[in-house]
Amino acid sequence: MAQPAVTSPSGATPDTVSVVDDRLAQVSLVTKLLRRPELGALIGALAVGLFFAVTADSFRTLAGVANWTDVASTLGIMAVVVALLMIGGEFDLSAGAMTGTSGLLLGLLSTEWGFSMWPAILVTFAFAVCIGLFNGFMVMKTRLPSFIVTLATFFILQGVNLGFTKAITDTVRVAGLTDVTGFESAATIFASTFWEPYNFRISVIWWIGITIVATWVLSRSRFGNWIFAVGGDANAARNVGVPVQKVKITLFVITSTSAALVGTMIALRLGSIQAGQGIGEEFTYIIAAVVGGCLLTGGYGSAIGAALGALIVGMAFIGIQFSGWNTDWRFLFLGVILLMAVLVNNLVRKSAEGARR
Amino acid sequence: MSARPGAVPASGTATNGAPPLLEVRHISKYFGNVIALKDVSCLVGAGQVTCVLGDNGAGKSTFIKILSGVHQHSEGEFLVEGEPVRFNSPRDARGRGIATVFQDLATVPLMSLWRNFFLGSEPTVGKGPLRRIDVKAARRIMHDEMAKMGIDVRDPDQPVGTLSGGERQAVSIARAVYFGAKVLILDEPTSALGVKQSGVVLKYIVQARERGLGVIFITHNPHHAYPVGDRFVVLNRGRLMGNWARNEISRDELVQTMAGGAELDQLTHELERQLGRDHVAS
Repeated sequence: MAQPAVTSPSGATPDTVSVVDDRLAQVSLVTKLLRRPELGALIGALAVGLFFAVTADSFRTLAGVANWTDVASTLGIMAVVVALLMIGGEFDLSAGAMTGTSGLLLGLLSTEWGFSMWPAILVTFAFAVCIGLFNGFMVMKTRLPSFIVTLATFFILQGVNLGFTKAITDTVRVAGLTDVTGFESAATIFASTFWEPYNFRISVIWWIGITIVATWVLSRSRFGNWIFAVGGDANAARNVGVPVQKVKITLFVITSTSAALVGTMIALRLGSIQAGQGIGEEFTYIIAAVVGGCLLTGGYGSAIGAALGALIVGMAFIGIQFSGWNTDWRFLFLGVILLMAVLVNNLVRKSAEGARR
Repeated sequence: MSARPGAVPASGTATNGAPPLLEVRHISKYFGNVIALKDVSCLVGAGQVTCVLGDNGAGKSTFIKILSGVHQHSEGEFLVEGEPVRFNSPRDARGRGIATVFQDLATVPLMSLWRNFFLGSEPTVGKGPLRRIDVKAARRIMHDEMAKMGIDVRDPDQPVGTLSGGERQAVSIARAVYFGAKVLILDEPTSALGVKQSGVVLKYIVQARERGLGVIFITHNPHHAYPVGDRFVVLNRGRLMGNWARNEISRDELVQTMAGGAELDQLTHELERQLGRDHVAS
């Protein structure tokens, strides 16, 4: 796929245009496919799906599908936005804890501090924007790796989650959201189910919608072009006038706001939320994004790929359970697919970056 | 040697009588009490290539940074099309048609040709939240602009990283030209390239000149400068060593003028050989 795209100057002839247009069509389908970052994830998703369809009968049923798409959906929403951030060259390790923080904040606002549901949701999202701005500004102004800065945010949030919840409720959970005014309408939007009797989660719709929007943004919007550029080479991007800091800070805000969306979904789904919600999931998001073709070094990846990566994780979690195996095996599974994905991605990057001069 | 340092008048006119596209007169730059550049004059007219030569530390990069708006000059005059200017940012310089192509810092390797070409200035269609890149137009324009430089792009989606170094320079140059550059400043475009690729870049420089641009070609290699240059400016330790039109200096004289640097290279080689032998002996 690394055949030269250009030939050395030889005096352009007037008919170059037509000649080249013929050649444009000749880029083979295989080359085009191989250039898609999500190809590996697609093949992986098919393989994992087939595997569990064989090992567990219930995996194949529509009720089973509703089960694993449910797991994949909340993971997937986060995986897609984490993928955008990773393409932009940054990490957010606080994304998992942030789903817990925002769910807890929503719970406390509505059950302890007298907010009705919709204003509480609004405040929760505003708070999430602040956390995203904090992460973004800290990373941009200190020029420290986002890995370290958001690791700090992660631990701060984890401590706050447990500390505040215990101090205020004397337990490690916030419950009773179902009794709050406006719960019904909010739950319809964030936490209902559809398609009786299989009961697909509404979060699946959100997941698909967010994947479509993110894909459009990446492939067609100027902002998407800038995301690739700031992750691929921030200096070059700055030199041609891309507002590097603004793009990266916006990505941090998108990530934390999406965490608030997922936190809201989880809190409203159960009517309660645990203080430990989301801890450890930040790595699952990153695994899904990497399986979906994102490079750890930034500048390359896909939203569809991340969504497929989340689908693989969801299928594996439920598939292992349905097959009657010990669910601890899922960590082994995550580790193995991550390793495979990183190896494949490394090859892809070498072929894309190769032949430098 | 016929070299006459400072012989070219500080105020000059380009060949056709119009003021030169870009001219600096007796320009100096101080960083605190460090003299980075002292009393340097040079000019470039439309359809001309001015080569700025100098060894490492000669003040080339300070000079480029003044021209491209990164730094402001401390003394002297900076004229664009005869009009005194003082740039506060690279954006100001670009606004006046001065585009700088920094070596290896101009393209994003993992992004496709057309995305790189339009990065930061993407053509869009639609309004509001549906405003989107006009991909068709972007590909077509990129293709046509590259064709004007004699480059036949077969696949606009190919990542720039798969191109050779010379071709990537060409993308940067074509982009600068398309976005209205009148003066093109090329910072060491050949320094990281092999002999053949350097030749390719030199061809692009000639292409740009023939399309009526003024080119300022910064290099430390007189062999690259001489074949394409109309005017040669040699810097050493922040000062102007000479400013010659092409017919005033031969290639050998140019190389001679640069010889301080060449001697240093010779010395380095000898040292390396010496060290290598000691290493084997021990």
